[in-house]
Amino acid sequence: MNWNSASEFFAMGGYGLYVWGAYGVTAAWMLAEPWLVRRRHARALRDVMERDESYE
Amino acid sequence: MTPMAALLARDLRLASRRPAEALLPVVFFVVAASLFPLGVGPEEATLRQIAPGIVWVCALLSSLLSLGTMYAGDYSDGSLEQMLISRMSSVELAVAKCLAHWLMSGVPLIVVSPLLGLLFGLSWESIGMMAFGLLLGTPVLSMMGSMGAALTLGLRNSSVLILLIVLPLCVPVLIFGAGAVSAAEVGLSPSGHFYLLGAMLLLTSVGAPVATAAALRISV
Amino acid sequence: MKNLPRFFTFASPSRFYRAAGWAIPWIYAVAVLVSLAGLYLGFFVAPVDATQGNSYRIIFIHVPAAWMSMVLYLVMAFWAAIGWAFNARLASMVARSLAPTGAAFTFLALWTGAFWGKPTWGAWWVWDARLTSELILLFLYLGYMALVEAIDDTRRADQAGALLAVIGAVNVPIIYFSVRWWNTLHQGATISMTAAPKMANTMLLSMLLMTIAFWAYAFAVVFMRTRALVLERERDNEWVRALGVNNGSVA
Repeated sequence: MNWNSASEFFAMGGYGLYVWGAYGVTAAWMLAEPWLVRRRHARALRDVMERDESYE
Repeated sequence: MTPMAALLARDLRLASRRPAEALLPVVFFVVAASLFPLGVGPEEATLRQIAPGIVWVCALLSSLLSLGTMYAGDYSDGSLEQMLISRMSSVELAVAKCLAHWLMSGVPLIVVSPLLGLLFGLSWESIGMMAFGLLLGTPVLSMMGSMGAALTLGLRNSSVLILLIVLPLCVPVLIFGAGAVSAAEVGLSPSGHFYLLGAMLLLTSVGAPVATAAALRISV
Repeated sequence: MKNLPRFFTFASPSRFYRAAGWAIPWIYAVAVLVSLAGLYLGFFVAPVDATQGNSYRIIFIHVPAAWMSMVLYLVMAFWAAIGWAFNARLASMVARSLAPTGAAFTFLALWTGAFWGKPTWGAWWVWDARLTSELILLFLYLGYMALVEAIDDTRRADQAGALLAVIGAVNVPIIYFSVRWWNTLHQGATISMTAAPKMANTMLLSMLLMTIAFWAYAFAVVFMRTRALVLERERDNEWVRALGVNNGSVA
């Protein structure tokens, strides 16, 4: 184990800002992108369904 | 007269009827380059150091900015389509257009560059290096640009789009063109840079007209 | 000759839609599990670096992001070219779906690179060969995306994008080489990103695991986006309308 406590882990030996700044943005993007694509897919599906209704 | 020569002559003749329009790239070149000392300060040593980069970037921008009209006029009145289905191959068409563009915007830039060199305090030797580099590099810019112009035919923001597409591809020319002058200023030999510029000219001459022809077929 | 048709079976948008729809959750699961393993190794097993302290741990996402940004560009150019050459609609759709993810990885590589550079070399940005080439790669992605978005006609957009992507792919080695030359020539700032810490085995393994995780993530997201694109483009097809009737679930 490298870390003696949770606070040590978050501090990263003084480099916390940089490490978490890098990892944080990456993680945030990797959550945002799938969510955005999901929304796009849902919108496309909705368009398909609406279109089908108008054919009645 | 071969079709290619006829097209070249026609384009040059059309340009000569609107001399003001034809000179726009050159004027932009001088104006843009002259802005830098105003922003950076008149200190001679600084200007001499940044001169090659500035002149080259401005050359890049002014030749690319004038590309919007390369095919647009012919496209909008239908003559481009006629040219594409004529006996002349689309590669020949691309070559003729590139040559016309280079003669109209590249060559004036080369001719005017010593003036800018003097404005920035470069030595005559450096000015010569710069002009020679531009001689090798501006055809490459015209050819790269013609690919971009062909791809963005008829689109709304084509000028900006051409810049966005083509600028990254022109980075090597910029690096070696400006690098040649910087090397000469420091006392190193610029020949390596010129060889590489020449290589890029050859490579682009082979590849770009074919790519442009393909792009024209896609866009029309 | 029975095998030949089956090879191209997923070139059909409807089959791709179904198969990808089934596979995506599993691919995400792989991405999550492998990244957990990689991060555990990277943070809890790999030792502190002698010179860089704990800031070096950023490489576990910086290097994979950079690799992915380059790989995805080539893959994008490949599928775009296939789509153009064989008139394969789905290939063109995959190429278009790859672009935003590739561009994002490029941005992340630059961002994480900056956050690594600041504590290590004191500057948020250095014009070293690799970072500069990465920046130009981002411009290539942006140019591609701008071009395909600007053209309304789908077929023309796909083909123009394919040509641009291939031209870009061919130019990337030339650009990289010239940027490296430029960098060594102006070696005023003797900062080099190649001075990564000497890699202990655990560090290498962690980086490898994170690369696999990023790759799986890219597959999942790109498949998701392609499915959305398939729905948008194939709206008038029977099977898509059937989806609408079934409320989106695949029969």
